[in-house]
Amino acid sequence: MNSMAPLEAGRAAQGCSSAPTVLRQRGQREVFCGLTGIVWLHRKIQDAFFLVVGSRTCAHLIQSAAGVMIFAEPRFATAIMDERDLAGLADANDELDRIVARLVERRPDIKLLFLVGSCPSEVIKLDLARAAARLSKVYSPTLRILNYSGSGIETTFTQGEDACLASLVPELPAEDGAAGQSLLVVGALADVVEDQFRRLFNALGVGPVHFLPPRRSTDLPAAGPRTRFLLAQPFLNDTARALEERGATLLPALFPLGVEGTTAWLKAAADAWGVSDAAFDAAVGAARTRSIAALDKYKDQLGGKRIFFFPDSQLEIPLARFLARELAMQPVEVGTPYLHQQHLAHELPLLPDTTLLSEGQDVERQLDRCHAETPDIVVCGLGLANPLEATGLTTKWSIELLFTPIQGYEQAADLAELFARPLVRRARLEV
Amino acid sequence: MQLTLWTYEGPPHIGAMRIATAMKGVHYVLHAPQGDTYADLLFTMIERRDRRPPVTYTTFQARDLGGDTAELFKSAAREAYDRFQPDALLVGASCTAELIQDDPGGLAKALGLPVPVVPLELPAYQKKENWGAAETFYQLVRTCAAPSVPAPGWQRPPRGDARPRCNILGPTALGFRHRDDLVEVRTLLDELGIDVVVAAPLEATVQDLMRIGDADFNVVMYPELAGQAAQWLERTFRQPRTKTVPIGAAATQDFIREVATLAGVDAEPLLNARKSRLPWYSRSVDSTYLTGKRVFIFGDATHAIAAARIAQTELGFKVVGLGSYSREFARDVREAAKLYDVEALITDDYLEVEAKVQELQPELVLGTQMERHIAKRLGVPSAVISAPMHVQDFPARYSPQMGFEGANVIFDSWVHPLMMGLEEHLLAMFRDDFEFHDDAAPSHLGHGTAQRVEAEPSAPVASAPAPQMPVSSIIWAAEAEKELSKIPFFVRGKARRNTERYASERGVATVTIETLYDAKAHYSR
Ligand code: SF4
Repeated sequence: MNSMAPLEAGRAAQGCSSAPTVLRQRGQREVFCGLTGIVWLHRKIQDAFFLVVGSRTCAHLIQSAAGVMIFAEPRFATAIMDERDLAGLADANDELDRIVARLVERRPDIKLLFLVGSCPSEVIKLDLARAAARLSKVYSPTLRILNYSGSGIETTFTQGEDACLASLVPELPAEDGAAGQSLLVVGALADVVEDQFRRLFNALGVGPVHFLPPRRSTDLPAAGPRTRFLLAQPFLNDTARALEERGATLLPALFPLGVEGTTAWLKAAADAWGVSDAAFDAAVGAARTRSIAALDKYKDQLGGKRIFFFPDSQLEIPLARFLARELAMQPVEVGTPYLHQQHLAHELPLLPDTTLLSEGQDVERQLDRCHAETPDIVVCGLGLANPLEATGLTTKWSIELLFTPIQGYEQAADLAELFARPLVRRARLEV
Repeated sequence: MQLTLWTYEGPPHIGAMRIATAMKGVHYVLHAPQGDTYADLLFTMIERRDRRPPVTYTTFQARDLGGDTAELFKSAAREAYDRFQPDALLVGASCTAELIQDDPGGLAKALGLPVPVVPLELPAYQKKENWGAAETFYQLVRTCAAPSVPAPGWQRPPRGDARPRCNILGPTALGFRHRDDLVEVRTLLDELGIDVVVAAPLEATVQDLMRIGDADFNVVMYPELAGQAAQWLERTFRQPRTKTVPIGAAATQDFIREVATLAGVDAEPLLNARKSRLPWYSRSVDSTYLTGKRVFIFGDATHAIAAARIAQTELGFKVVGLGSYSREFARDVREAAKLYDVEALITDDYLEVEAKVQELQPELVLGTQMERHIAKRLGVPSAVISAPMHVQDFPARYSPQMGFEGANVIFDSWVHPLMMGLEEHLLAMFRDDFEFHDDAAPSHLGHGTAQRVEAEPSAPVASAPAPQMPVSSIIWAAEAEKELSKIPFFVRGKARRNTERYASERGVATVTIETLYDAKAHYSR
C-alpha cells in the first residue's frame, strides 16, 4: 500500500524546481494516542482536571507515559468502564455523574474539568458532549465542564492537545468592543518560554499578548475578528480552524524552533503590528546574537550527521528544518504522522531536496529503511529506542521534545544539545 | 465505572504480551488501535529489553471502522507471520477491538498458517493483567502439549531409578525479579538432584512446551501466573504441583521439603546446610531495634503473603496491615491476614490503599511502586516487594527474592531504609539538636532526601465510642504541643490520636503535659 503523492503546496508551490514527493505507507503505526497530551496539559493548566472515560488500557497508557514519577497528586484520572457500563448507556451516564461527584468532592480546587473520550467511549458512542453539558448545569458556575476526544482511533499523540485546545475555543470570551488588535499565542509552552516571548513582544510593542492555554482556566483570553494568532506548535490544525471560525486571523510563519524559526515567527507578529525592521532588530537583536553564539559550539558535534525521524509529534519537519539549516545536519527521512501542508507551507521549502518525507507509517518497513540507511542518530518513540540502540544506532526519544522547553532564542542551544547528548554519550562510553 | 488514578495491573492483553515476550518463537497479533502500542515501552524502557516485544498491532483507525477491520486483521496477521516466521501465533483483541467483535481467532484460523494459532479470549472489561498472563500461558501450554495428552484414566508410571524431573512454571517478562528467582529455583532443584525438563515461559520455546508432559511434577513459582496451567497439567498428565512459594528463609526450607517429597529425594543435607544469612543477621543483637516495627504490606497475593510471614516471623516486625490487588487470590490473603490479627485489604483502588496507610501510620511500607509513592509522601521508609514496579526495580545486580540468596536480598533491602537502632534512640533523646529535625533522613542514606509530610489521618478518628467530649474540640496547651513535638515523627501522629482519644473519653478539654503522659501510660503495653 504505497503511494507517492506530489506535494501540491510546499516546495513545489514555492517555485522549487524539483517536485518533492511524500511516501505514504499503511501498516502498523507505532505512536501514542491523543490521551498522552494530558501528561503535559495537566501541568500547564493549573486548575484543570482531565478525566478520561475509557478502559484500563487508557489508564495504563497515561500512567506509563507519565512514568508514575509524579509526587504531587496528578490532576488526571480515568473512569474505567466495565461490563455494566457497556450493557446500558443510561447506567454509564449515571456512573459518570457519580464519578464526577466523587472527584469534585475530592478536588474542590478544580475549576475546569475535561471529560476526555477514548476509543472505547467512541465506539460505544457514549456522548461526552451531552454529558459535559448536563454536568455543567449541575456544577456551574464553580466548575466548567468540557469534553474532547483523545482516542487512538482519531488522534495521534500531540493531536490530543489540539483537540483539547479546540474545545476551549468556543469558551473564549468575545473581544471587548473598544479593543484594538491583540495577539494570541496558541499551543502549550513551558512557562519560562512564555515569559521570554512575553518580554520580546513587549519590547516589540506587540500586544496585548495572550496565551492559549492559559495557566489558569479562569484567565481565558478573548477571541474575535481583531485577534491575530501565532501557532507555537505545528499540530494545532483544529484549534486554528476553530479560531478562524471566531474571526481570528492566523499569522503564518515558521515555527519558533531555532534562531531562524524564532526570528521568522516573531517577525510575523511584528509585521502585523507594523514594527519597522530597525525596531525589530533593536528589540530582538541581543537575544538573537546570543543564541547564534550559543548554537555555535554544537556545529562541530552535529554538522554533517545524518538524522532519521520516525513519525511521532508532528514536530519532525520544523525540527529537521532547524537541524539542517542551522547545524548542517542531513535529514535522511523525516516521518510525520500527518503532513499539514498549509501550516507547514513555510517549513517545507526549507528542507533539503535529498530528504525523504513520509506521512503515516508501516513501522516494520520503516525500520528496514532505517537500518539500511544507518543514520548517525534516530529520533523515535520510547518503544523503539532501546531496540535500535541495541543494534548499534544512536537514538533520541521524541517525547522529551514535548517535555522540555525548546522554543525561542534562549532554548535554541538546549534543543541542539538534546541531539548532541546521545552522540557525545555514545562516543564517551567505552563499554 | 471505577475512578482510577493509578492502576496496579494493566489490561489482560498486557499479560498476554508478558508471556509472548518471555518466550522464544512466539508472536502475538493484537487487534488494537495505535495508542495501544505504548505497551512496547513497558518492556523496552522499564525492563530495558533490547528487542521489541514480538507483537504486531493492527492499529485500526476510525475511518476503518465503517470498512473492513477484519480484512486489516487478516493482512496484519499474514504479514506478521511472513516477516517473523514464529513457531506459534497468539491472536486476540484489546479493549477497543473487543467491542467491534471481529473474531481474531476465526480470522487467523482461516489463514491456514502452518503453525499452531492460539486464539485468546481476554475480556478486557472484566479481567486484568495477571489473569491475562495466566490464561495465555494456559492456552499456549494446552495447544503445544495437545499431541502428547494421554488417554483419560492414564496413570503416571513409577519412575524407577531415573533421576526425578520437574518443570518450573511461572517466570515471565516484566515480572518482579523473575529472571533471578528462576536462577535460585534452578539452583535449589539442582542441589536436590532434580532435573528440569522445561522452565517456562521465560526463555522457553514452543518445542519445550511440547515436552512439558515428560516431567514428574511441576514447581509453581507464581500461582497468579502459572496456577491455571499447573492445574491443567495435574489433571491431564498427573503431575502434582508445589504449593509453597520459596520467598523467605522459612518458606525456602518448606519448599525444599515439599519438593523433596514430590521427587522422593532426601531433603536433609540441603536443609541442614542452612545457607541463608537472614536468620543469623536477624538474631544478631544489632537487629534488636527491628522488634515490633509496624509494617504495612501490599502487593500481588504471592509476594504480599510471603512478605507478611517474613516480616513477622523472620525479622520480628509487627504486621499492622496486609492487602493485595489480586482479587482472584483474596481468600488466600484473608487467611494469611488472620495469622496477624489484621483485616485483609482487598482492593485495586489506589486511593483506598493510600487512606489505609495514612490511617495505620506504619513505620515501614512494603508494597509496589504505588506504595513507595505513598510512603515517600508521608515520609515513611519503604521497599518494593511486588509488581508493578519502575525501572529502578530492575537492578543490574543479581537480586532474587526466592531461595537462600533471596532471603539475604530481602533482609538488606527492607532493613536498609530504616533508621539504625542507636541512631533512632539518639534522635528521640536529643530532639532539640538542630541537626535532628524532622526532615533528618537515616544518616546512611545521605542528607536532605526525605520530604516529610506529617502522617495525619485525613478523616477524623472514628474509633472513640460515645465520646463525652468531641475529639475535634480538644485543645492542646502550648507546653503539651511542644512536648509532643519532641516525640519522633513516626509515632507522633499516633501519640496525638491516642492522647486525644484518652482526653475525650475522660471529658478533658485541654491536653496538658500531664494528660499526654497519662495517655502514654494508659496505652503502653
Ligand atoms: S488507543 Fe484508544 S484504547 Fe488505547 S489507550 Fe488510547 S484511547 Fe485508550
